[in-house]
Amino acid sequence: MEQRGTRIALGVWVGLVLLFLYVPIVVICLYAFNKSNVQSWPISGWTTHWFGSAIHNGDMQQALWLSLKAAALATVAAIALGSAAAFGVHRFRFFGREAVSFLLVLPIALPGIITGMALNSYFTFWKLNFGLLTIVIGHATFCVVVVYNNVLARLRRVPGSLAEASMDLGADGWQTFRFVTLPSISTALVSGGLLAFALSFDEVIVTTFTAGAQNTLPIWIFGQIRLGQQLPQVNVVVFLILAVTIIPVALAQRLTSESGILRTE
Amino acid sequence: MAAGLDAAQGLSPARRARRRVGGALFRRPWLKGLALLAPPVGAFGFFYIAALVVLFVSAFWTVDAFTGELVHRWTFDNFRTLWQESAYRTVALRTVWVAAAVTVTDAVIAFPFAYYMARVAKPRVRAALFVLVLLPLWASYLARIYSWRLILDHDGLLNWSAQKLGLPAPGIEYTNTAMWVVFSYIWLPFMILPVYASLERIPQSYLEASRDLGARGFRTLRRVVLPLALPGVVAGSIFTFSLTLGDYITPTLIGGTSSQFIGNVVYDAVNQSSNLPFGAAFAVVPVVVMGAYLLVARRLGAFEAL
Amino acid sequence: MNRRVMLVAVAAAVGLSFPAAGVTRANGGTLNMIAWEGYTQPQWVNPFEKQTGCKVVPKYAGSSDEMVTLMRSGGGSQYDMVSASGDASLRLIYGHDVQPVDPSKIPDFKNFNKAFQSPPNNTVGGKHYGISLQWGPNTLLYNTQKVTPAPTSWSAIYSSKYAGKITVPDNPIQIADAALYLMKTQPSLGIKDPYELNQSQFDATISLLKKQKSLIKKYWALASDEIDLFKNGDAVIGASWPYQTNTLIADKAPVKDLIPKEGATGWLDTWMVSAHTKNLDCAYKWLAWISTPKVQAEQAIYFGETPVNSKACAWMDKLSKGSCEQYHANAPLAYFKQIYFWKTPIADCGNGQKNCMDYTKWQQAWTQLKG
Repeated sequence: MEQRGTRIALGVWVGLVLLFLYVPIVVICLYAFNKSNVQSWPISGWTTHWFGSAIHNGDMQQALWLSLKAAALATVAAIALGSAAAFGVHRFRFFGREAVSFLLVLPIALPGIITGMALNSYFTFWKLNFGLLTIVIGHATFCVVVVYNNVLARLRRVPGSLAEASMDLGADGWQTFRFVTLPSISTALVSGGLLAFALSFDEVIVTTFTAGAQNTLPIWIFGQIRLGQQLPQVNVVVFLILAVTIIPVALAQRLTSESGILRTE
Repeated sequence: MAAGLDAAQGLSPARRARRRVGGALFRRPWLKGLALLAPPVGAFGFFYIAALVVLFVSAFWTVDAFTGELVHRWTFDNFRTLWQESAYRTVALRTVWVAAAVTVTDAVIAFPFAYYMARVAKPRVRAALFVLVLLPLWASYLARIYSWRLILDHDGLLNWSAQKLGLPAPGIEYTNTAMWVVFSYIWLPFMILPVYASLERIPQSYLEASRDLGARGFRTLRRVVLPLALPGVVAGSIFTFSLTLGDYITPTLIGGTSSQFIGNVVYDAVNQSSNLPFGAAFAVVPVVVMGAYLLVARRLGAFEAL
Repeated sequence: MNRRVMLVAVAAAVGLSFPAAGVTRANGGTLNMIAWEGYTQPQWVNPFEKQTGCKVVPKYAGSSDEMVTLMRSGGGSQYDMVSASGDASLRLIYGHDVQPVDPSKIPDFKNFNKAFQSPPNNTVGGKHYGISLQWGPNTLLYNTQKVTPAPTSWSAIYSSKYAGKITVPDNPIQIADAALYLMKTQPSLGIKDPYELNQSQFDATISLLKKQKSLIKKYWALASDEIDLFKNGDAVIGASWPYQTNTLIADKAPVKDLIPKEGATGWLDTWMVSAHTKNLDCAYKWLAWISTPKVQAEQAIYFGETPVNSKACAWMDKLSKGSCEQYHANAPLAYFKQIYFWKTPIADCGNGQKNCMDYTKWQQAWTQLKG
């Protein structure tokens, strides 16, 4: 359909954009092997020594563990609340259903620093101890909308007649949900959940205000950047995370065909 | 009657009960809607909206300079200071200006890319591109910003490469130009994906119809593709604009001597001066800007394309 | 197949993190500490953790202001200890954020130089709110290849010779550096103390800083900012901590630092204990540990500062020959007088008048300066 020339021009553009996207990431991976702890271009010497020291770094392990726990819990909360909201908005027309979308998108549209400082003083007011719980609440605020949008978009595509047919055939509400509705939205939940996990796992700004003395992985990374002594350890960790996540990200993509950002479905 | 029917069908009591609840909900859909919406809306109201309200109420308070305690006396002092000191206006304008520049840049970069993904690439290539766009979100945001420092530094990769190629060194390290580049980089995936989604949804028949009616490629692009892709672009712009508007880490790491953002002033007010009210007062600016932006975005249909 | 790969990946990630979970459950408890960069190095933290079972979790803060805010965050229950400089310690004491400690429980306290046993910045009304740690100057750092002849005066960072290659800290207390320079170079302003400035003295200082701004490459906010700036050719001269100098020299960068002829501002740090700590036992163990001659020497050499324990000198020379003299640990008092230690500017000038600019004004001026 597009002319050959246009296609080639577009292809070149795509190549350039990928270069733009990946040069910094290649730089991160290269400096994981940097001999010097102070980073400068070009790299003066190579070593794999940082891999050992990063993996055995107890602070890093704890931060990673906390980040995994927080992201998992925030994702679970987002799936529960986000899909409930999506079902509610999808099934029932009511005054203000637009307002629900607006409400849920707010935490991602308003600057994180505002969410952060608001929650920080609010938690202090309620005398809630800063820790895993406060981190999860902070992350859940902006994760809910990711699941909500994914599920809502999927529900709009699944014909309502399927559920009706199920009920007509004698299934009760639960059975219909379990055997008809859930399978039809499951991939939307997977891709929404994965993106919610990613957003939580890498969040810095809200976490700065809600983590208290605990270090999540990004906060640990910021500490390392401040210190400027063990920077290649950060590169090693990022390198390893990329190596591990490329598989689930590719898998999730295979489950689904199209995408928005809040809606990878 | 329904219960009698269940019993006649020989269902277990538990299942009968379930069925009765289901039936009640089925007959009153608003009840089910309420039951579904109450937890998410309630949780948001209690944790998020209430916290925001408290924050913005505190903008009308002040802080005792010596003890750092809040003084609960109503005053417009914070807003007056913000209005009268030209420095804060400069900061606010700079922030909005950079956020707008980043948004336009990302839209321009993302559109052809997303177009290629959606309408040129074969399925396999498309899947690969999709993963390649998503993957950077897993490489720590901080590490990527830091990596840009190594690229932009005086003796960094960029100037070094330019020199090797015999080009003049760009020399943009620690400037607002550098911030613009890095922000555009960091938020680019958040623009590509919604634009791609909206392009992908345009039925092939529309384009064919346009061609059959005699429109050339460019005209089809302008009259058919762009209007239909607009909600996606606006949806992406919500992210690029708001994420830039609220950032303070990139200005700290990448910016130069005149690179303060609203976020930096707010962060310093809260974390350095222990002056939450002043930070809250300045935070009203991005909230108002984003509120207006969201209202316009909704009219353009961006919420459907998020 | 793919599913199995994912499971393996998840299992690997989980397995990686379990040993860490075990470490936290060591018997001693956890000390959450707010510290300057370089104050909780593994070199002396690891043996402490091993010996006492107390785990150290550091949080780095870039300014005294941030330390005060962090100590007060969450109702003051988040952090157990803070390495407060003189411009933070009194604020913490008067804000009831820290508690008095008993020096008799610190075996090495008696070996401290007399000047640091009960200095006014951490001892109020005969009560010791913490134990003095180390002190040192904010230095002038320069690239020995690019800056010739070697500078002797702070004028190097206020004159256009190195325009665009200068860096100074992004910190309101930096105003005192400019005031100190004016105090020595423009006696007509009548500045007696760089932390006690009346309106006209303050205005003169700010106008000097405004002129300086056009010469500056970047105000460094993190210690590593300055390390990068010097390492990658963006800055050749600037105001610094010895920490950056030492890190750069360890990386074989051609740099040197000095205290210029005008003298320098500096810090005297105190480990303080939160009024709300639940780990008082561990806190005392840390105070005792960090005061021992060997640890004092290790930190002094690592960061480039002067220990308060007079017995540290021998250890310093053992660890790095000549370092005791280099950091003036053997004859501290003359050197001590060259340094104008950080303190919180207050309206009360100390001359009975109350017309000095207080710290809120300093902070506002700094934000507006950066613009």
